[in-house]
Amino acid sequence: MTMYFIFIQVCSKSLQERQRQHMARGLPKQKPIAGVKEVIVVASGKGGVGKSTTAVNLALGLMANDQSKSVGLLDADVYGPSVPKLMNLKGNPELTDKNLMRPLVNFGIPCMSMGFLVEEVAPIVWRGLMVMSAIEKLVRQVDWGNLDYLVIDMPPGTGDVQLSITQNIPIAGAVIVSTPQDIALLDARRGAEMFRKVNVPVLGLVQNMSVFQCPKCNHQTHIFGLDGAKELAQTLGVEMLGDIPLHLNIRETSDKGQPVVVSSPDSPEAEAYRRVAAAVVRRLAEHLR
Amino acid sequence: MLHSTLLCFILLYAVGILDVDLCGPSIPRMLRVGKPEVHQCDAGWVPVYADPQQQLAIMSIGFLLEDSDEAVIWRGPKKTALIGQFVSDVAWGELDVLLVDTPPGTSDEHLAVLENLRKHRVDGAVLVTTPQAVSTGDVRREITFCKKTAVKILGIVENMSGFVCPHCSECSNIFSKGGGEELAKLTGSVFLGSVPLDPLLAASLEEGQDFLQAFPDSSTYTAISQIANTLLSSLDA
Repeated sequence: MTMYFIFIQVCSKSLQERQRQHMARGLPKQKPIAGVKEVIVVASGKGGVGKSTTAVNLALGLMANDQSKSVGLLDADVYGPSVPKLMNLKGNPELTDKNLMRPLVNFGIPCMSMGFLVEEVAPIVWRGLMVMSAIEKLVRQVDWGNLDYLVIDMPPGTGDVQLSITQNIPIAGAVIVSTPQDIALLDARRGAEMFRKVNVPVLGLVQNMSVFQCPKCNHQTHIFGLDGAKELAQTLGVEMLGDIPLHLNIRETSDKGQPVVVSSPDSPEAEAYRRVAAAVVRRLAEHLR
Repeated sequence: MLHSTLLCFILLYAVGILDVDLCGPSIPRMLRVGKPEVHQCDAGWVPVYADPQQQLAIMSIGFLLEDSDEAVIWRGPKKTALIGQFVSDVAWGELDVLLVDTPPGTSDEHLAVLENLRKHRVDGAVLVTTPQAVSTGDVRREITFCKKTAVKILGIVENMSGFVCPHCSECSNIFSKGGGEELAKLTGSVFLGSVPLDPLLAASLEEGQDFLQAFPDSSTYTAISQIANTLLSSLDA
């Protein structure tokens, strides 16, 4: 009886050990992207709040504020890649000698997106596992060169892509974009909670589509509500990185693939994005300390 | 956001809303049903009703979360499993229409819904876009997805189509205009109609107010009604 008892104890210990090893193996190790100093993710939770537009103009804003910085843009929204349209880029990436994809460049920003690898009308009907593998390629098998910042435009939601990216790459910080509506804020809150769970610092919130000024009579309408994001930022204990108004100019320039920060650099909208970029840099520095 | 906004009209029919946006369930909030407990009966989970007459039944992950702010950070297989349960294990009862509100994209949630509904019948898909190019570009992919999965496209709705200044009535096309209609023409789909960008609609949804009851004279009401009627005629046909 005693022998049996000891045998079972030893078995269960080695079983536990095997389980522990298995679990430890299951969690991917974070590996930095070669040549990239800091990775900033732009997320939202909700779709349609202007995440991609913000990511694009943030990347351009970072460069506009400091011409010595090199900034890259990764479009991780595999289902709805917007970066090609917003950055006016088309075509299949070339391969380098080392079999890495060469990012497509416009306005001085090297970009990579699923949109460069598939036809414009083709849907990406992939389940989570395939998406993870695609993300890995878009991150690691690209010849990014040396970048000070890599801005990653995340898809909406809190699922596979978000988990894959945050588990595999060390992220310097997350910028969460929301409109003032409660429904968008609810999802932004979930997004912030997700980042907390995976230990990614939340740099702050951007309130997008905050107010619309009628071009005819200058009357201001808060179409999507007033200051909701500011209140959420306070509740979550994160900073407000900036406020971007609803302006036809932003959409018009986006549609043409001429982001507002480069096409209308003196406009208040461009100024708003540059302020967000400056706040992001300051928050990154604060966090490092 | 777009899908959710447009689903909120109460018809003279018995309608069910299945919210499969697991990461961002907006329906409970928009219909102001709060956080009731989901009960079980012999036939399965009892859906939450938005009205005392039980004309509008809802199922959403929002009802199953302990904390309504909780983030649902799930990978595909788990999402697929829950959606399977939403389809098979909810006692929907007799419904005229079951509306499924999907998240953006063409992923696990969409595949799970189609696979689980196959054994019943999928009458079709309504695609919602805003007029600008980045949105229509994405919806173009959704159209291809529907064609590939043999889902009939009942039509395209252009949301946030034009904003009328409440002060001077000048119409500004903040998100452009006509992109949805163009997309419909380009892909040979039916254009169901446009819904303007209406702060009153946005505010109603925030407060969980019934927009159609509160603002029956607004042009937004007319737009949504027309879309609903066109949709119903095409379903009856």
